[in-house]
Amino acid sequence: MIKFLTHFGRYLMMLREMFSRPENARVYWKEFIHQCNEIGIGSLGIVVIISLFLGAVTTVQTAYQLISPLVQKYVIAQIIRDSTFLELSPTVVCIVLAGVVGSKIASELGNMRVSEQIDALEIMGINTKTYLILPKIFAAFIVIPFLITISMFLSVWGGYLAGTLSGIINEQQFSQGLVTEFIPFNLTFGLIKSFTFAFIISSVSAYFGYHVKGGALEIGRASTTSVVVSCILILFADYGLAALLL
Amino acid sequence: MIEIKNIHKSFNGKVILDDVSGVMESGKINLIIGSSGSGKTVLMKCIIGLIQVDSGQILYDGRNFTELDDKDKKELRTQIGMLFQGSALFDSLNVEQNVMFPLDMFTNMTLSEKKKRVNEVLDRVNLKDSNRKYPAEISGGMKKRVALARAIVLNPKYLFCDEPNSGLDPLTSLVIDRLIIEITKEFNITTVMNTHDMNTVMESGDYILYLYKGKKQWEGNKEDIIFSKDQTLNDFIFASEFLKDAKHMRMIEAKQAKS
Repeated sequence: MIKFLTHFGRYLMMLREMFSRPENARVYWKEFIHQCNEIGIGSLGIVVIISLFLGAVTTVQTAYQLISPLVQKYVIAQIIRDSTFLELSPTVVCIVLAGVVGSKIASELGNMRVSEQIDALEIMGINTKTYLILPKIFAAFIVIPFLITISMFLSVWGGYLAGTLSGIINEQQFSQGLVTEFIPFNLTFGLIKSFTFAFIISSVSAYFGYHVKGGALEIGRASTTSVVVSCILILFADYGLAALLL
Repeated sequence: MIEIKNIHKSFNGKVILDDVSGVMESGKINLIIGSSGSGKTVLMKCIIGLIQVDSGQILYDGRNFTELDDKDKKELRTQIGMLFQGSALFDSLNVEQNVMFPLDMFTNMTLSEKKKRVNEVLDRVNLKDSNRKYPAEISGGMKKRVALARAIVLNPKYLFCDEPNSGLDPLTSLVIDRLIIEITKEFNITTVMNTHDMNTVMESGDYILYLYKGKKQWEGNKEDIIFSKDQTLNDFIFASEFLKDAKHMRMIEAKQAKS
């Protein structure tokens, strides 16, 4: 319990100390763009693959379970749409991003800490929390919801491809399902989740990376811990948000 | 000039630095020496402010670092350059970008002005045609020189070197030592160096502070060290038979010169 409180206190302090006036706004902006590229472009491939298959598998499995002749085919598209917007894209993709982006952030900062690069920045008079962590969190905050939006679209498209190519559902039924009883808030809810998860992924991994002590072994441990903690927090937040907002 | 007065530091009740004082003058190489675990790295980190002292004063040209507010500390730190043991170059930046980084962060120079300054300092550390190389692509000695170039690019008043020769062959060590000496004299920098290397001590020790079990055991310069009667210092500096003989020879030479 004391260990948990110590970590939580240090995490909050890190977040507080992160907000200081940048030494040079141009350099920070460059770093922000660099991070957007690293997080966004760097993860785009895996997001595309996962999203397409999520949609495809959901289509096949939903069709497999809907055996009643009373249930119309377009319901499959409805289920794909709602499960994608509400859960699959934001949560599953963010759990994957916790592995891809989170471990990268933790190991990058951990390596900088171990090789004294963070000390070098401190001695130059740079607030390292502001320079190294803030652009990562802002970048994740912008880029991850964008990736989730792409994922939502691709997931539905993957479902459409799997459904129409295998003859489970035709184009007209799928289109009908997508617009039937559409609740716009579901989309908003998915985006609220993606903003929350983006913050968890970037800040938790930055915390574990920034506070590494030791050598290569500890960098690996910090990276793994950051992924595990991020995933658990994502699941807690997932439930919390669903209970609060739905 | 940097003055340290009565520095105390302990970790979890264990005393690491006990009442350490000393004066490090500008234009001189000031060495902190001592065996592993004697507290020299902690002392250097205390002087730079990476570790808070429990008590004592650290005066940078009369300004007490421990009492400065964050803004003044930040300002003072722009006058400090540091050469780290492992060079601490930014892996994602090439040589030119590494050296340019402090200029990007703290000056409003144009790109061409920055490039000119970077080339000047890279020339000064005898490093040419490596601007586009990344830290992973250059040797340990070159990394040290890039780190030195980065440390001096803003014309610092104070230069800290943490074991600059570790991991280098004797010849490259000598090159780095001489470079630091030249730069210190040329720009009248207060250089504080933390070292294990006895060549460095005998080559460049204008002021030497010897730490033993967290206490200042001895202070003097490279000439005084030859005649020191402090047994722990002699055991540390002249550990091998070769160095003992060298000390003996130097003492005979000095006596002959006197008579």
